Amino acid sequence: MSDVEEKKEKKTLQEKKKQWEDTTVAKVNKRFPELKASFSTSSGLPVDRLCIPSFDEPSYMEKLGFPGEYPFTRGVQPTMYRGRLWTMRQYAGFSTAEEANKRNRYLLEKGATGLSVAFDLPTQIGYDSDDAISRGEVGRVGVAIDTVRDMEKLFDGIPLDKVSTSMTINATASVLLAMYIVVAEKQGVPLSALTGTIQNDILKEYFARGTYRFPPKPSLRLISDIFSYCGKNIPKWNTISISGYHIREAGSTAAQEIGLTLADAICYIETAKKAGLNVDDFAPQLAFFFAAHTDILEEVAKFRAARRLYAKIMKERFGSTDPKSMMLRFHTQTGGVTLTAQQPDNNIIRVAIQTLAAVLGGTQSLHTNSKDEALALPTEDTVKLALRTQQIVALESGVTNTIDPLGGSYYIEELTDRLEAEAEKIIKTIDEMGGMVSAIEQGYPHREIEHSAYLYGKSIENGERVVVGVNKFVEEKAAKVAIFSAPEGAEKKQVDSLKKIKEERDDKKVAEALALVEKTARGNENLMPAIIEAVRVEASLGEICTALQNIFGEYTESFN
Amino acid sequence: MTENTEKKNPIRLLIGKVGLDGHTRGVQYVAHIFRDAGYEVIYPGLRKSPKQIVKMAIEEDVKAIGLSFLSGAHIPLISEIMDLLKDKKAEDILVFCGGVIPDDDILILKKMGVREVFTPGTSDKIIIEKVTALFADSSDEEK
Repeated sequence: MSDVEEKKEKKTLQEKKKQWEDTTVAKVNKRFPELKASFSTSSGLPVDRLCIPSFDEPSYMEKLGFPGEYPFTRGVQPTMYRGRLWTMRQYAGFSTAEEANKRNRYLLEKGATGLSVAFDLPTQIGYDSDDAISRGEVGRVGVAIDTVRDMEKLFDGIPLDKVSTSMTINATASVLLAMYIVVAEKQGVPLSALTGTIQNDILKEYFARGTYRFPPKPSLRLISDIFSYCGKNIPKWNTISISGYHIREAGSTAAQEIGLTLADAICYIETAKKAGLNVDDFAPQLAFFFAAHTDILEEVAKFRAARRLYAKIMKERFGSTDPKSMMLRFHTQTGGVTLTAQQPDNNIIRVAIQTLAAVLGGTQSLHTNSKDEALALPTEDTVKLALRTQQIVALESGVTNTIDPLGGSYYIEELTDRLEAEAEKIIKTIDEMGGMVSAIEQGYPHREIEHSAYLYGKSIENGERVVVGVNKFVEEKAAKVAIFSAPEGAEKKQVDSLKKIKEERDDKKVAEALALVEKTARGNENLMPAIIEAVRVEASLGEICTALQNIFGEYTESFN
Repeated sequence: MTENTEKKNPIRLLIGKVGLDGHTRGVQYVAHIFRDAGYEVIYPGLRKSPKQIVKMAIEEDVKAIGLSFLSGAHIPLISEIMDLLKDKKAEDILVFCGGVIPDDDILILKKMGVREVFTPGTSDKIIIEKVTALFADSSDEEK
């Protein structure tokens, strides 16, 4: 290549950047102006919105491109955090709806910008609090919700048109979403104004998280029904949060986290397409959820690789033409498994590093774990500290001033390529097995994750992998830590309140509504309207799930 | 490796989950290291009630039940298991557990008769040693 041609190439990339600024950035800036007119380092040097190679880089456009444009490697929004910071969203919930409502209001008062509801296990699996199987579990890992009345109490004084809510709910997502819809109606909030997310990602429950209820096929139908209902009625709602987080927590590597999560995504998209939906009608409402671990540079590369690979899949495999369908928007949580019970203060540092990983990787929202979560649910003070960690990174560190600050690092780019290639291999393996449902039936994801978890554990045991305070710099005498203990008596209170509701409601209406749920489950109509009606007449979560189970059956894991 | 590796009839353990908790990373890891150490391990899978666990432990003639908890439900669930073992006159089946279990609760569990409680970060070596020692103790008692 001659010098003249090289100069021409270089000019082209600069020109392309100018073009990006004049079009993509200008358009967004008009609607959502950047937070400041100019950005600078803490000592006053100017900070450019986006730095690009100053030399010829022929693969730049193909591999990286510009933020807000295909393949979205450098970020999904054109101005990223210069326009709007990520949503600081702390997962919280325990005990009864009244108690959880107090914690949520506390978080909003301290500057959280969205809510994230944790439900107890009976709610997640679809059993009422008075069911024998729920004994000992009510209000334990999250809030207990039996009927729409509990949901009303949970959001009491929280305007649903102002606050976005994320709900970690999968097998029973349709019922909890229905309850949220009915609460919004009661608050006088139109459905079009609702923003938030339901996790609704059943596939990973079968191999990484365990809160399944119905078998895969009818579960996937419920998910398609939700896509279709929300597409028409709640356009700003994220209908699913396809989650790598729990896959990683269960023991996967970073590459497996991307590969298995995107393979789940492919399965949901194929199911919805088979149900007759047009990919660009529902794909813009799909969201993702990943973990952030302490190997900060690998994590940054992971987020970038996931974005690029997803964009390619949407465009090439599914023929999407809407850029919004190709954007991998994601929530991040710092890695629960990286927290140690030993020397819990060390976890503050881990969480800070992981926060940086998520932000340098371009997350859209973030939950930071509290230092005491290897011991119990967090206290108000430790939750506040975790939130403050995000606020310091957001407002003091300066990493938000330019987009994808690590882009162009030789190491980061190579790691991004490598993780993408590894993840693609996993997707190919699953394709060859006949897709994710069939891979799950063959035990593939479960086996892969368990194997990685075993190797990880062994590497700590033999000292190859250092965990400070656990296998190095160990202190014999443990410091006494004040831990959270949930208020006593939640289970009894909840059971009593459910009993009262069951006495007060109109049994005939409940029976009719449940019969309609069953009838709809038997046919092909969208289930959401029937479930919403059942919720409205105060049928309980357990009753609605029993009606569904009568038709769908119950999933039990097999070990072969 | 423990002596158990060489024995012709390895000691049988039931290692699993009780209740609705779906966190399996720890329990599967522990099941794996006990197998590596020569034990025969039965892992019954998710969502087993205390009744199912005790029934299976008796039928399979295990020497001990090891349970993992990350949902905070350890006290009510273990208490039910200990009662059931007593009812069935199967108190010779030892119980140990692990997971996210606060210090104060460890004392309560031990009072109920739980032999060992392993919290996060405990090394494989210590888990195997302590559980293996339980059987040494009980065979001493038999003599």
